[in-house]
Amino acid sequence: MSTQVFYFVATLSIIFSLMVIFAKNPIHSVLYLILTFFTFTVHYVLLNAQFLAVVNFIVYMGAIMVLFLFVLMLLNLNNETEPSKSPLIKIVGVIAGGCLVITLIGSLKSASINSPLILKNPGLGLVENLGKELFGPFLLPFELSSLLLLAAMVGAVLLSKRDEVEA
Amino acid sequence: MDSAFVIEKFILVAVIFGISLVIAMYSTYAERKVAAYLQDRLGPDRAGPFGILQPLADGVKMFMKEEIIPTSSNRFLFIAGPGLALLCACIGTAVIPWGSPVLIAGKTVSLQVADINVGVLYIFGVVSLGVYGVMIGGWASNNKYSLLSAIRAASQNISYEIAMGLSIIALLLMTNTLSLKEIVDQQHGWRWNVLYQPLGFLIFMVCSFAETNRAPFDLPECETELIGGYHTEYSSMKLGFYLFAEYINMFVSSAVMAALYWGGYNYPGMDSMAVWLGPTWAPLFGTAVFFAKICAFIFFFMWVRWTIPRFRYDQLMNLGWKGLIPLAIANIIITGVVIAIIEKF
Repeated sequence: MSTQVFYFVATLSIIFSLMVIFAKNPIHSVLYLILTFFTFTVHYVLLNAQFLAVVNFIVYMGAIMVLFLFVLMLLNLNNETEPSKSPLIKIVGVIAGGCLVITLIGSLKSASINSPLILKNPGLGLVENLGKELFGPFLLPFELSSLLLLAAMVGAVLLSKRDEVEA
Repeated sequence: MDSAFVIEKFILVAVIFGISLVIAMYSTYAERKVAAYLQDRLGPDRAGPFGILQPLADGVKMFMKEEIIPTSSNRFLFIAGPGLALLCACIGTAVIPWGSPVLIAGKTVSLQVADINVGVLYIFGVVSLGVYGVMIGGWASNNKYSLLSAIRAASQNISYEIAMGLSIIALLLMTNTLSLKEIVDQQHGWRWNVLYQPLGFLIFMVCSFAETNRAPFDLPECETELIGGYHTEYSSMKLGFYLFAEYINMFVSSAVMAALYWGGYNYPGMDSMAVWLGPTWAPLFGTAVFFAKICAFIFFFMWVRWTIPRFRYDQLMNLGWKGLIPLAIANIIITGVVIAIIEKF
């Protein structure tokens, strides 16, 4: 049952992520990205990681994508405002994409699909256990990553702050 | 998963869905009556006794009106917008505990559709999703006013979500659980959370007003500046969906406030009532008490709407970012310190 659900949702994830790239209108791209994130939420639920599922739902679907949509609506992008790309950028893009494909093929070759993934600790994704892990053995990395977020926040405030002379 | 369980849940979902729709319908009537009372008028009184059939008349009118889809709009998203708004409004009811388990025909029936252990976060997620209906509808209309309204809705929603989340964190520090059912059960009798978290409740309530786009935070549909806001281009039942979604949102957030802070189905003297009424009627009486609290909150929503004038946009942002968020953080710190002191001694 859960395997069939996984394959169904995984197919949807791939289709929606492809639609993100192929959609002509940037707003449609963002909407497809929201759908992709929704399928990710379902994946987390299937892995019994309820907390991660809900946080993915709130943070990515509910906050970050709203901001994306907000910015795109403000910019009102369309074909006329699309900047023309120089051939150099296109060549660089092709090379970078090729490198990515090689890496992907290399990693897929070594991965064996014969052994199905079995969760060692199925209850790990529940809020209580996750909290104990994060604030116990992983306290330092957890706090360090919050420091990173704080730095980003201070940077954003500093960038958006107007100079006294200008104002 | 036996079939009795599925049927039980199905009936429960159908009943809750029906009740939310009826309450949303009669909220429109109540709003007009409350407005009339506050402005010393009579309000609707033609359809049926005291105008009690007015919502039906309004509903029929909505269905009968001509449906217009602007040619320059994005057709699919234009239709999806109101549908999404109504869907997001309705799914919030799934995790609210409507009452303690009832004994019906020798079987204990839970009055909650899904007791998931991240119930509070689920509500929060649904609330944050609610803005998509407005944003997509406003953008797909291809109208400058609608777009402005969609952008306002998005920034308002994100700003107030932060303060709302922070006010819930202070509550969770006290309850030690994310399950709505457990939070309500902890408030047995008189131990309502609002007595311990008055500031948290105040912040949560102000944010609920902002998240449901109710006055004085109804800037997305501010008619003096934006005609009708995001639903300027909508007509017929699609407009009805948007209006309906607002009232269902109001009902759900009233239910969440009553459950999180005002004891849900708990009331003083419930233990003696449980002995007196028995295991079937006592929980149902508790549910009635819960609905009375919800109705009181809905009335409060309307009371505020007809009392306080709309904020200006910069006032709204200042209140959210410079007023509520620091207050909510202070509330978390105070709660944490008090809990640490209590646990120490």
